[in-house]
Amino acid sequence: MTGPPLLEVEDLRIDLNYRSSQVAAVEGVSFRIDRGETFGLVGESGCGKSITALALIGLLRQPLSIGAGAIRFDGREIQSLSAAEQRALRGNRIAMIFQEPMTALNPVSPVGRQIAEMFVLHQGKDWREANRLAVEALASVRVPAPERRVKDYPHQLSGGMRQRVMIAIALACGPDLLIADEPTTALDVTVQAEIIELMRNLCAERGTAILMISHDLGLVANVCRRVAVMYAGRIVEERGSDDIFRASAHPYTQGLVDSLPRLGSRAALGRTRLTEIAGVVPAITDFPDGCRFNPRCARATDVCRTTEPATTLLGAGGLVRCHHHA
Amino acid sequence: MRLGANLVIGGALFALAIFVGLLAPWLAHTDPVMDANLLNAEEPPSWIWWFGTDAQGRDIYSRVVHGARISLTVGIVSQLVNSVIGVTLGLTAGYWGGWWDDFVNGLTNLMLAIPSLIFALAIMAVLGPGLTSLLIALGLTNWSFTCRIARASTLSLKSQGYVQAAKVLGYGDLRIMITQLLPNMVGPIIVIGTLGMGGAILAEAALSFLGLGVRPPYPSWGSMLSEARDQITTAPWLSIFPGLAIFLTVLGLNLLGDGLRDVLDPQSRSRRT
Repeated sequence: MTGPPLLEVEDLRIDLNYRSSQVAAVEGVSFRIDRGETFGLVGESGCGKSITALALIGLLRQPLSIGAGAIRFDGREIQSLSAAEQRALRGNRIAMIFQEPMTALNPVSPVGRQIAEMFVLHQGKDWREANRLAVEALASVRVPAPERRVKDYPHQLSGGMRQRVMIAIALACGPDLLIADEPTTALDVTVQAEIIELMRNLCAERGTAILMISHDLGLVANVCRRVAVMYAGRIVEERGSDDIFRASAHPYTQGLVDSLPRLGSRAALGRTRLTEIAGVVPAITDFPDGCRFNPRCARATDVCRTTEPATTLLGAGGLVRCHHHA
Repeated sequence: MRLGANLVIGGALFALAIFVGLLAPWLAHTDPVMDANLLNAEEPPSWIWWFGTDAQGRDIYSRVVHGARISLTVGIVSQLVNSVIGVTLGLTAGYWGGWWDDFVNGLTNLMLAIPSLIFALAIMAVLGPGLTSLLIALGLTNWSFTCRIARASTLSLKSQGYVQAAKVLGYGDLRIMITQLLPNMVGPIIVIGTLGMGGAILAEAALSFLGLGVRPPYPSWGSMLSEARDQITTAPWLSIFPGLAIFLTVLGLNLLGDGLRDVLDPQSRSRRT
């Protein structure tokens, strides 16, 4: 693809300012997303994936702030834009859907109005036109009887329907990038599959890139072409989603892959215990020296405890941050 | 239907008061000010004098009917001013925080510390007696509760997912306040507002009693009550009827407030259906 990538994050550091001290909650994070691409960010709770997303849309608030690095959207640096310019990007060119579709919709406003508001806000449409477009938008996320449903309040809809409405709101203005932060965590598994399928199809039709954030490696690998794994505020491995299962290079990623239960493994291997990653994630104020994974890593040696591993390029655009990568 | 009870009774009482106020010249039997006749002084209620007459022989019924105009104007207008001031200050203070929040909080505490009647008195003393100064005085002195409620609601609503989502979707501050925050706090604001209307009607009575409100001989329910104080044992109808008018109006306002809150909150509406 020619021209600048849609989104380019370079050496991003996010500081947590606590009393007069500063801790880097996210450090040295770099990745890029091309137009229409699907990119996944995986990691456990507190690894910094959600605040990275907030930084991308310019909504970090104290005590969090961007300490260093650059975020370029469509070639323009987000931090250098005025508040009004950032606001014009949000919802219009970068949209986001959330984990909890219940709380992300305004309870006292009919859902149709909430969709229509996006057309009024970002495209300057009048309300009559916006309401017509809202019915279309609701139809496009396969909500049955959309012309009746637009008058419903959020509490009258099921969880899956609400998430469909959220997707309709997010995609209303035809954004270039959709950030999906744990979009299906609060839903039933069957509904999950429908919502993911819907989101993927709609984005593919419109050429919208997806940045999907989740703790669920399997789900992300299923949706996304490339996956980055975060651990303790750093990206430890970035691979094509096929490679990440077949040939994960970082011991943490391998640990994640091994800890997934596998269908049919009992017949092949007999009754075995699921593998786990020993230890716990270090506290943000207490990151170890050297590689941040070293206290939990089976391969750790002296160099891991003293020296921060550099990024190593692997084949097919993958990269890993480990002294002893596979 | 359960839904309607409060709304219908409260709405009917309040509508009756408004209706009486609007049609006062046609409903009244006599001119409330001019038709004094000492020959009819202190007549008890009868077929001729529905609510009796006062010491000057004026028809109490006609005065109560005309009093509705002044009392309702004072109640509605001054509470409207209070609500606008209180919501504007409370919403912006809660939303923006920082020095503005500190300033508004300080101001609210100051207003709560000074008895509002005394403050209204001071304003009246500067502006002079009369209906306009009464409206200004009562409109400027009772916004602190509304402000507190608006600020507290804003603080709790601000962290709700949909307010955060609105930011992510590119809503500006003003749009968030008007579309996300205000509609979600309308219930408590209306309830406080209806209570405040009743309070303003009573405050008008107190100020009129002190000679700073509506001046005699023009009737307001409050000033009629004040004038009737001395004759409460000898001519109780002088205080009963204006008192009843105040009571029914304030009751109606409170029921109306409750009823409206039920209707405006879509969650409580669907629980009933």
